Amino acid sequence: MKKLLASTTAMALALSSVAASAADCTNDTWNKVVERGKLVVGVKADYKPWGFRDTDGNLVGMEIDMANEVAATMGVDVELVAVQSSNRMQFLEQGKIDLMIATMSDRADRREIVGIVGPNYYTSGTNILAPDALNFTEWEQLRDRPVCGKQGAFYNQIVEERYGANVIAFTGNAEAKQALRDKKCVAFVYDDSSIMADLVSGSWEGFSMPMPTEDDNPWALAVPKAEQNCVFGRFMSGMQYNWHKDGALLALEEKWGIQSTSYLKAQNDRYKDWLAE
Amino acid sequence: MLESFQEFFRTVADNHPTWNFIFFYDERQFGKVVSGLWMTIWLSVACVIFSVIIGVVGAAMQGAQSKIVRGIVSGYIQFFRNTPPFVQLLFFYFALGRFTPTYSPDGWLEIPIISNVGWAMISLSFFAGAFNVEIFRAGIESVPKSTQEAASALGYTRLQIYRYIVFPLALRVSIPSLNNNLVNLVKTTTQAFVIAVPELLYESITIWNDFPSAQNPMMVVLFVSYLALVGVVVLGMNKWEREMRVPGYGG
Repeated sequence: MKKLLASTTAMALALSSVAASAADCTNDTWNKVVERGKLVVGVKADYKPWGFRDTDGNLVGMEIDMANEVAATMGVDVELVAVQSSNRMQFLEQGKIDLMIATMSDRADRREIVGIVGPNYYTSGTNILAPDALNFTEWEQLRDRPVCGKQGAFYNQIVEERYGANVIAFTGNAEAKQALRDKKCVAFVYDDSSIMADLVSGSWEGFSMPMPTEDDNPWALAVPKAEQNCVFGRFMSGMQYNWHKDGALLALEEKWGIQSTSYLKAQNDRYKDWLAE
Repeated sequence: MLESFQEFFRTVADNHPTWNFIFFYDERQFGKVVSGLWMTIWLSVACVIFSVIIGVVGAAMQGAQSKIVRGIVSGYIQFFRNTPPFVQLLFFYFALGRFTPTYSPDGWLEIPIISNVGWAMISLSFFAGAFNVEIFRAGIESVPKSTQEAASALGYTRLQIYRYIVFPLALRVSIPSLNNNLVNLVKTTTQAFVIAVPELLYESITIWNDFPSAQNPMMVVLFVSYLALVGVVVLGMNKWEREMRVPGYGG
């Protein structure tokens, strides 16, 4: 009797888990995209050169190129929606966008909200844009001083708690940088890759990126949480794998004038086709 | 008691990944909520007081005999009523902020003597004040000419008529519209977010950026806080309206 009960329970459990996984993958978003023939991608509009507006007001950049390629591979049109750091996950959660490629750092707590799939397509660390005149060399010098930042960056909290800086977080990059130019804060804490791009652009005479880069953190694109282990999630993993394998990301980096990162080269080697050449 | 309270919300957070009431058990986040709430209250109270003063003074100036004074008031109203408060905040903080005197604690920084909180107060007070001028003007115009003439026949001067006859009656007519505008003002304080004034919205968004799991609870905090704040304003204004009522006047 006991045995029978145990085996029925086991069977019931096995059945229910089969039923659950089948019900898990409804592929709602994927089907919706294919049906209406349009993929809505959330990208940045204030993060040159990954996602920004050109002089005609169109969204362009490295991540926009990636989004276009995703849509082309799916055989659908693409619609770009500008998102901000502080609302990008909510946009995806609420179905306002189908896919998010928006310079997002891959963090454990974010993985619980949105469907982050590997391999990570980029990486960046934390650094500051600061005037040479202040002679910053180490992070401790920021203690009790006003530091501009942007709402939605995960390292604002780290810089505050680890180094005691007073982070003044603005809604956008433009406001934060303007506040730095107006000397309302001693530095702008941001991604090293973006700061590097700003410095290269030549509009920041007398400023530099003086700190040792910290908290290097891979970036992740995301699909809705429910799609993570279903068609859409698997497909995006494949897209990223191929971008790494055939060097497409390295080419995009060059196209958009981004200083090449060792991360992309390492990934390119890692996923190299063993039969090639 | 407090321990079990915190323990309860830790369990809720563990079982429901989008309902992390982190501020109930993390002291730092609790501090952010409290300081944000205080900043919102402080901003609201200061702006309500200043905007009402601006309204009263502006409405009095509108009745002035000098054309220049009337021109200044109407220019002020056009400027502040016809531009969005969001744009005003950016303009005040970033554009006008450059021309205010600064001091420098370390030789490089230029801290303006008017902080972002100061600019928010100035901008929002003038914004709501422009509407208040018009509200009080409507009230003043509703006072019958004959009443004013009667006062003047009794030997009242222009200023005395305004102070003892026109204004008290006008105020009673103005209260319902004033009520609306002040409710709007309290809600508009959230826009100070754009110049990084650490009020309740700023702190809430900071918390849910640092802890994405805390987004829903922070939304609840925002809604409850603003319902309560606006509720206090409305209740206060209604009570005032009842106490000010002159039997037989204005319905």
